[in-house]
Amino acid sequence: METPYKKKTPKKRKWETFPGRNKFYCDGRIMMAKQTGVFYLTLVLILVTCGLFFTFDCWFLAEQLTPIIPVIGAVLFLFVIGTLLRTSFSDPGVLPRATPDEAADLERQIDVANGSTGYRPPPRTKEVVINGQTVKLKYCFTCKIFRPPRASHCSLCDNCVERFDHHCPWVGNCVGKRNYRFFYMFILSLSFLTVFIFAFVITHIILNSQRIGFLSALKDSPVVVCFFSVWSIVGLSGFHTYLISSNQTTNEDIKGSWSSKRSKDNYNPYSYGNIFTNCCAALCGPLPPRWLPSGPLYVCMLVATGFAQLDPRVEKKKKPAAFLLRSQYHTDQKEHLVSFCSFPVPFFRLKTHSHHLLIQFQILPSVLFKV
Amino acid sequence: IYFPTPLCVVVRVVLLYLSVFPLCHQTHSLQDFQRPAVSSKVFIQRDYSSGTICKFQTKFPSELESRLDKQQFEETIQTLNNLYAEAEKLGGSSYLEGCLACLTAYTVFLCMETHYEKVLKKIARYIRDQNEKIYAPRGLLLTDPIERGLRVVEITIFEDRNIGSAR
Repeated sequence: METPYKKKTPKKRKWETFPGRNKFYCDGRIMMAKQTGVFYLTLVLILVTCGLFFTFDCWFLAEQLTPIIPVIGAVLFLFVIGTLLRTSFSDPGVLPRATPDEAADLERQIDVANGSTGYRPPPRTKEVVINGQTVKLKYCFTCKIFRPPRASHCSLCDNCVERFDHHCPWVGNCVGKRNYRFFYMFILSLSFLTVFIFAFVITHIILNSQRIGFLSALKDSPVVVCFFSVWSIVGLSGFHTYLISSNQTTNEDIKGSWSSKRSKDNYNPYSYGNIFTNCCAALCGPLPPRWLPSGPLYVCMLVATGFAQLDPRVEKKKKPAAFLLRSQYHTDQKEHLVSFCSFPVPFFRLKTHSHHLLIQFQILPSVLFKV
Repeated sequence: IYFPTPLCVVVRVVLLYLSVFPLCHQTHSLQDFQRPAVSSKVFIQRDYSSGTICKFQTKFPSELESRLDKQQFEETIQTLNNLYAEAEKLGGSSYLEGCLACLTAYTVFLCMETHYEKVLKKIARYIRDQNEKIYAPRGLLLTDPIERGLRVVEITIFEDRNIGSAR
């Protein structure tokens, strides 16, 4: 019964055929921009600064003042790293490109509207009235769609992103609708962390200098790495707090889309009116789902217990069981097959072959749940 | 090197069958029988007049005039709009969910679904029902907007086999 297995071409997941310039890891669960060098630099800077702080200053401060200081520092540090990873790895709200049918339909509608003539037509825009304000929707030539309001095309990632804020190289990803709150939490917690470290390093130096003099205290303590970064990060947090309270994106603020300098009647149609609602909507509102699905986690759980490609030697012996398992996963996933040994195999086999792993464990299957 | 006990093997085989059986009986409604050829596709675009919330235009496209009632179409789209509004609603419960998620560093979503995801499942069920009851008998197919990133509602028009000519 080898023919059903061989004839079937494995269906590709959406992230494998994704046309944008993104990198994917962990079966599509982690999505980052193409250039990630600066992200690693950010990570290293944070780790090194905190490492130095915990190694050199914490013992002294715990003894002299209170041991709660390293605890608070640790909590802040973990929160910063958590939010940074979440910002970098999540999908910012990428819009899928138009299918060929959709693009053809739109082109037809535009031709009908413009009247097809010989010369090149003008740039395509559509006007829409939102809350009394006229908003122009631009046509994206790469994605072949009319961009929704507040969406923008990121040239680095080559995607249209919803509620596009900016492309942040420090985080290695675009900041858009889905990860703006994580980005804000990251810079806010990072500013608290840098102010915290800065303050306590200064305290350490002062306390030390009372005993051994200022210059030698400065020599003993590591140079205050975060001095300049404190001001830039605190400034950035302040700027984004202003943006959140007025429900604007960095993109709109830079272009001055809703500034009253453009015209007297210009106002932000997306603002809810009061600061509290704007903040709540941006930070605690419902999180839209990602369009690019990744495989359900129950597949992963089976990895721990016996996630395998069929080994030719094994297949001959337990064909009926293997065939049942094959039909389980053939809808839209790779040919991940589970090989549960129905007879004891007293050894552990590991073979890597492109995306498929052959592992034969003899432990019980774990709890299956879906993410 | 692991040596399994007989109990271990038995439990595993039982669990294997339990996990396989429900999935083997998955229904593939429109994929099992032979599909008629696609005649054309209609795209219902988004309605941005109320802002960035997910809402589709209720204007009845002319290509569907011969196949579908205007009222049924409007009812389908209106129900979809209401469901999406429910998913994106800003209220006490969504704020609570957001705060709880933030406090647990978003690990709470490993155990439970977000409200939005729950409503999306409801929408998927509704679209399946509508396809089975109303659209498939008329040779039409509604595609779930989430497959197109919530940009359009795609309605596929199949060739009408009864009359025997492509439209």
